[in-house]
Amino acid sequence: MKHAATFRALLLGTALCAGQAHADAALIFDLGGKFDKSFNEAAHNGAQRWKEETGGDYLEIELQSEAQREQALRRFAEAGANPVITMGFAMSTPIKEVAPDYPDTTFVTIDGWVEAPNVRVIGFTEHEGSYLVGMMAAMASKSNTVGFIGGMDIPLIRRFACGYAQGVKAVNPDATVISNMTGVTPTAWNDPVKGSELTKAQISQGADVVYAAAGGTGVGVLQTAADENILSIGVDSNQNHLHSGQVLTSMMKRVDVAVYDALKSGETLEGGYQLLDLAAEGVGYAMDEHNADLVSADMQAQVDAAKASIISGEISVHDYMSDDSCPALTF
Amino acid sequence: MEKMPRWADIILIPLISLLLAAFLSALVILAIGESPLNALDLMIKGALMRSAGWGYTLYYATNFIFTGLAVAVAFHARLFNIGGEGQAMLGGLGVALVCLYIPWPHWSLALVGASVGGAVFGALWAFLPGWLQARRGSHIVITTIMFNFMAAALLNYVLVNLLRPKGSMDPATAKFPEATHLPTFHDMFSTTETVLFRGSPANVTFFVALLACVAVWLLIWRTRLGYEIRSFGQSETAARYAGIAPGRIIVVAMLISGALAGMMSVNTSMGEAERLVLNSVEGAGFIGIAVALMGRNHPFGIVLAALLFGFLYQGGAELAFWTSIPRELIIVIQALVILFTGALDNMVRIPLERLFVALRREGS
Repeated sequence: MKHAATFRALLLGTALCAGQAHADAALIFDLGGKFDKSFNEAAHNGAQRWKEETGGDYLEIELQSEAQREQALRRFAEAGANPVITMGFAMSTPIKEVAPDYPDTTFVTIDGWVEAPNVRVIGFTEHEGSYLVGMMAAMASKSNTVGFIGGMDIPLIRRFACGYAQGVKAVNPDATVISNMTGVTPTAWNDPVKGSELTKAQISQGADVVYAAAGGTGVGVLQTAADENILSIGVDSNQNHLHSGQVLTSMMKRVDVAVYDALKSGETLEGGYQLLDLAAEGVGYAMDEHNADLVSADMQAQVDAAKASIISGEISVHDYMSDDSCPALTF
Repeated sequence: MEKMPRWADIILIPLISLLLAAFLSALVILAIGESPLNALDLMIKGALMRSAGWGYTLYYATNFIFTGLAVAVAFHARLFNIGGEGQAMLGGLGVALVCLYIPWPHWSLALVGASVGGAVFGALWAFLPGWLQARRGSHIVITTIMFNFMAAALLNYVLVNLLRPKGSMDPATAKFPEATHLPTFHDMFSTTETVLFRGSPANVTFFVALLACVAVWLLIWRTRLGYEIRSFGQSETAARYAGIAPGRIIVVAMLISGALAGMMSVNTSMGEAERLVLNSVEGAGFIGIAVALMGRNHPFGIVLAALLFGFLYQGGAELAFWTSIPRELIIVIQALVILFTGALDNMVRIPLERLFVALRREGS
């Protein structure tokens, strides 16, 4: 197996240098790396599933520097990869630069925003999903105090926090939401020790449910919550299994499905905007055998009712990024 | 003890160190089941055999020249400035403000303005650690590294709350105006028949970096201030006896060092991204330490070392593109080079010195 991989890499290397290789697709991970247990890993999982099911092959790179963004797009497009799927909002500007030069290639941006005919923009309504898990947090809390731990302090993460706080207040207007961000640099996505410290600090302030929207940092949050016997909420992937019986639920952001679908469409994929919201099952909360005992039927019924109301438009969840403010939480 | 010839010190030792690092890297690549020869081939083809590859190599090298010079100038005063990272970040802020808020008529004027902006902001960020060292004896290593974190926090605040265009997710400024866009190598050297440097970020800042090298050489070896910096670095007591004010030298050396680090941002922010992004420096401040060490704190050596690291960066990217060598391993390869050329310098130097001494004895 290993030799086969080596051989393939060798072949690929020489072929590409000759400039006549053809790969089906390409996947560009953001600086967080593909094994972040969260956002990028979800994409990796989706791509692997596609590879196993169809036997197709894709090129991939974990970015190391800002200058590589544009470089990766160009090199993969020149190698004939189509579509070129990119992770993270930071790819928006490079795609805007590169896309017009390769009109026959479809670029996919997950979380980014680019207007061009050959760019497919995939967005998620994280505030809606966070609203639902916020409701569950408020219902599960006995101290009426719940916590939020974000990764890097950027508008996207504030969108998570704001939706969550609105869900909490919808169930219990008197509840307290404590919000902390891990840091202000990209290392905040991968700092489980700091996540653990923040969790302990929130527990000392009375929180008995904490929601981590912090990439790899969340692993430390969930661990400490389990150690201290409080509940936690995972993010992006289904993280309920990490501490069975102690993770209340996970806010699912189906990046894996988005990547899988994009790869499956292959060269027929077209540009345009695709919003994966509650109705499209792009976001949601995770139920499985690990949290079945934690979520009562009544809780689930209320959350499902709210979900239906959001889909029908009866409840509108405020999106932090629409006006950079949050009615339910101050940062 | 007799010393070995100068050429051996400057050329032979780095070369042997490099070969050792390459050999170990080859073993590591072999161990994960890839072919080291194929990897080397990919790196050389990707970084040096295509003009676009050179465009990236020179782009990275430009960054490393600036940060390498910054470390070297401080080091001549025996100050270990490891705050290049933070100074470059703040330099980026200076570049961004100059580009965004002054209506420049032409890029050449904007280049001068942005260089001054970057240099001033970088120098200001280095001023406090320098002043604290001069006045309070607070160790420069501690303060500069703390200032790196403060720079990151400050830049994040400014970008997220003040400079970010409305509705944008990215903690980055708006695109700089058209008039401030610097000509890239593609614009400068490409003709319709022969397309060169397509899509690569190397730009006119590379020549600014080379000018900075000449300026630093003149400063350190041909001016009174440079002499004072070097004498202070060699012996503080002697410098004091000669009437050189140590406090002034510390502060001035740090200001120059910070200014050079800050000018790096002209390349990344104005030349490449054409806007200021949060992590535009991405470790070049630290690579500068290795570049200065390897270049023996001499501008010419720094250019060579910066080219080498530029090659490693661009070649590493090529490896990541076309093989399944994980990016962590590429960092391991870069680290091995730093380890051998910097930290383990004496491992090669001492046996080599003995060898030269032995050879000389035989000859005489």
